[in-house]
Amino acid sequence: MADATNPIKQFEIHPIADLTIGGLNLSFTNSSYFMVVSVILVSGLLSLAMTKRALVPGRSQSVAEMLYEFVAGMIRSTAGDDGLKFFPFVFTLFAFILMGNMLGMMPYFPAPEFHGFTFTSHIIVTFALAVLVMLVVVGYGVMKNGLKFFSIFFPSGVPPVLYILVTPIEIISFLSRPVTLGGRLFANMLAGHILLKVFAGFIVMLGSVGALGVLGAVAPLVMVVALTALEFLVAFLQAYVFAVLTCIYLSDALHPGHH
Amino acid sequence: MAMTQPIDTAPIDAEAAFPPFDPTYFASQLFWLAISFAVLYFLLSRFILPRIGGAIEERRDRIADDLDTAAHMRDQANETVRAYEKSQADPRARAQRVAAGAKAEADAEIAEAVREADARLDAQQAESEARIREARGAALKEVRSIAAGAAAAITERLAGLDVTAADAEKAVDAVRKG
Repeated sequence: MADATNPIKQFEIHPIADLTIGGLNLSFTNSSYFMVVSVILVSGLLSLAMTKRALVPGRSQSVAEMLYEFVAGMIRSTAGDDGLKFFPFVFTLFAFILMGNMLGMMPYFPAPEFHGFTFTSHIIVTFALAVLVMLVVVGYGVMKNGLKFFSIFFPSGVPPVLYILVTPIEIISFLSRPVTLGGRLFANMLAGHILLKVFAGFIVMLGSVGALGVLGAVAPLVMVVALTALEFLVAFLQAYVFAVLTCIYLSDALHPGHH
Repeated sequence: MAMTQPIDTAPIDAEAAFPPFDPTYFASQLFWLAISFAVLYFLLSRFILPRIGGAIEERRDRIADDLDTAAHMRDQANETVRAYEKSQADPRARAQRVAAGAKAEADAEIAEAVREADARLDAQQAESEARIREARGAALKEVRSIAAGAAAAITERLAGLDVTAADAEKAVDAVRKG
């Protein structure tokens, strides 16, 4: 019963199928399960929406196209038209994170242990995604611009003397990007889900006290409803923020000159 | 009631760390994340996104084509209207010209007829006047000879004098003048 009100329980990882390769524990867990479900849902729903590929789109096709145009517009406005070569990457990031966040909003899910799980509430996952973004940025930036890429550490319009001060700051800010990028998503999802579960736990606790408790439980119930709405917003917003920041960082790799 | 106590103070699985920071499954999570992300990227970039983009592109092309066609048709319609107006304008001008010509001709004819009629009437009038004058002269002359005859007859009856016609006429003239 303690599990019911334990706000941390939802973040636990349970192995489903054990797998060890080279001494590494690579078990298929409920986290992996949700990732796979995300992949299946994203690709399945989008494919399903596009089966007819009608000239005049139906409802689902409209949504798929809206999502497409949304991400394309986001890239165009932040990284310019040449940023569109990263469109599949940004779209995959956005869709994957969005689906993960949204799946996390399900309190119960046909999953092992039957508790909802948000793989974006695990720092290793968000950090890995952020590092992937930075690797793409640095990799592409160096490949395309060579050493000129590192001019992002020497912003134009600054007197050269100040580079002593500015450049270390730029380097630190660049290096902290994966931390903030991954940390933001992780912290938002973690905090939101803990908060939800804490208030939901109040309902259970108050409800078991008696008639007065049941009456008092209305307040946290209202709170949970409101928080759920907020969390849906956050789930979308954080996926969006992640994608937008990715675009902005990619813009550095595309045009390191104007910083 | 009895349950609330242990819940509040329940140690959160003392043996396990805070799950999001528990490194036990870091490797597993990274491994499956890499696989899922790679698979999703592959599916999206290879199959799904080109399909969506293609549909959007197709629609945009189609709309642009349709707009082009519409603009073309509009131009054509305008052209037709212009041609029609032009074809209308030529005969109309010609008709106007013809009408104006006919009118001028008719006017001239009318004026001519009026002038002719005037001339004829004037001539007739002059002729009639001459005839009247002549008739009057003749009549007057006859009056004189009648008066002279009557005077001679009266003189012969009353005075028994035989007056010649010339004398009688002279006397009539004298009376008429006097």
